[in-house]
Amino acid sequence: MSTTVISESSNNSLHPITAQLVGAASALGGSITIICPGGIGATDAAQISGVSKVISVEGGCFNTYDCIAWSESLSPLVKDDLILSSSSAMGRELISSIAATKGVPVVQDVTNLAEGLLVTRSIYSGKAIEEVRISSPCAISLRTNSFEAAGGGGSAEITTVNVSRDITVAVKQALTKAGERLDVSEADIIISGGRGMGEPSNFSHLYEVADALGAAVGASRAAVDTWDDIPHSMQVGQTGKTVTPNLYIAVGISGAIQHLAGMRSSKYILAINKDPEAPIFSVADYGIVATWEEALPVLKDQLSEILSS
Amino acid sequence: MGVAVLLKQVPDTTAKISVTGGRVDESSITKWSISPYDEYALENAIKLKESGYGDVVVITCGPARASKCLTEAAAVGADKLIHVVTESGSLDSIQIQALLSAAVKESSCDVVMCGKQAADTNSGSTGPGVASALGYSCVGAVTEVSIEGNVISATRLGPLGLEEVEVETPCVFTFDKGDTELRRPNVRGIMMAKKKPIDSLTSDDLGVDTSNSMVSVESHSSPPEKPPGQKFVGAESVPAVVNMLRNDANVI
Ligand SMILES: Cc1cc2nc3c(=O)[nH]c(=O)nc-3n(C[C@H](O)[C@H](O)[C@H](O)COP(=O)(O)OP(=O)(O)OC[C@H]3O[C@@H](n4cnc5c(N)ncnc54)[C@H](O)[C@@H]3O)c2cc1C
Repeated sequence: MSTTVISESSNNSLHPITAQLVGAASALGGSITIICPGGIGATDAAQISGVSKVISVEGGCFNTYDCIAWSESLSPLVKDDLILSSSSAMGRELISSIAATKGVPVVQDVTNLAEGLLVTRSIYSGKAIEEVRISSPCAISLRTNSFEAAGGGGSAEITTVNVSRDITVAVKQALTKAGERLDVSEADIIISGGRGMGEPSNFSHLYEVADALGAAVGASRAAVDTWDDIPHSMQVGQTGKTVTPNLYIAVGISGAIQHLAGMRSSKYILAINKDPEAPIFSVADYGIVATWEEALPVLKDQLSEILSS
Repeated sequence: MGVAVLLKQVPDTTAKISVTGGRVDESSITKWSISPYDEYALENAIKLKESGYGDVVVITCGPARASKCLTEAAAVGADKLIHVVTESGSLDSIQIQALLSAAVKESSCDVVMCGKQAADTNSGSTGPGVASALGYSCVGAVTEVSIEGNVISATRLGPLGLEEVEVETPCVFTFDKGDTELRRPNVRGIMMAKKKPIDSLTSDDLGVDTSNSMVSVESHSSPPEKPPGQKFVGAESVPAVVNMLRNDANVI
């Protein structure tokens, strides 16, 4: 089966999930074409192993984000029976619109993809796993860190195409800039704080640990709702972001079902909480019963010791 | 003119989900609710109506039980209720979007609002899909809207951060949770809502072929049980845990 991968970018360069999408497509066999909206990351995309062709799509409409204009520009370039994208907020929107434009079904946030096409996804906030059979042509978005990334060393041909549909969504002003910091949905390691942090200024301790680990900082809804300084973009959970990092560190978070919905599929979970009965310990691989005031300084010291050695 | 709100009924977040014979046992789900992000869509639609923009038409697609979410919406101010009656879980995204688009056309609303994703599958396919099917514009992850003439200003969380955007109708907006407070129904609202008629439509009424779904559920299963974790007491255990994260789990 031949596959078209819609590449993902962040900060004007190719996002690592793109290599994971190629990895998933390679396992199915067939040729792989990567489409790069706005031409971002085309050179890097061409170097991913197993890619036959890169289409760098340039055009005025890619200067701001308009889901419909983007999808109308990209859809005619999609010729394959399987369309893959990342399940980031933008990846989902774009692939939904492309699928609807092409009249093919879409299944989102898939964690396993096998021939036939059999796909696996988590439903009801992680309370059940669903296996779905979908006939091609179809579109599928894949969850970050669920698929082995394809390696480098490729040298696919890059074709540049100029298309631009009219923008109908005009950006009037930027209200807040996306954080300079790594977003929780992109991170391999996340350290999140809850109401137990006491005050928003205490999140600085989480940032210090995050900086040592190259991690993103997240928060519970109680933290986001209580403190203006903690933006909703940091919220993990049912009404925040669903994350699947390799390591999730929950500090001063009780572990309400709605919080677990967003992070229970993390590979490893470390919980730091002063209450030995806190429900977060029921999903934690490693639990430390202590206050963050006691535990975080030791954690910082330990990390700087091992990471510098 | 008018705002169509697409609502999905999902198991309440506190509901226990049990799997028997390879299928989620829907009959054991005791509480069904309007999907949380859809509630923000509904609230913003009612606000738009209060600022003078036509009626609020709520549309749901689902089995018989789903009509309850229409009545709940009527209790906080929805004017017209449309139930597209389907079997639970058997349709693919193209079919669902075709049904919803046909119902929106029937309502002749030029503004459509829904949640950015539904809490059961977390997919987020419906808003942009319906926009494409109808040929409307689409703005995702919106927290607030206001209207002047046929231009709507919206605050959205775009890839570059929070932005104010402008778009002309017709348009689909998918909602995120913002600072908006949700209104709660009062007794009078609840009483009135019970009497509000629900317009029930079938796929035949809407002229949509739902016979060949391209997607079928093979099986459901419970998530794999994690082996019980290890618990330590006191900050003095931190070095040992860091050691395990590095050498056993290989994550740092
Ligand atoms: C529809 C709906 C959607 C929701 N969506 C979300 C969501 O997306 N994300 C989310 O997180 N929540 C969500 N919630 C809210 C959720 O139910 C909880 O209220 C919330 O997660 C609690 O946040 P918390 O754990 O930070 O606070 P709390 O429950 O107050 O817990 C604080 C914890 O900190 C510990 N603590 C206190 N002091 C210290 C200290 N010094 N050191 C260490 N530990 C300490 C306490 O023992 C306690 O366990 C939702 C709720 C509803 C109804």
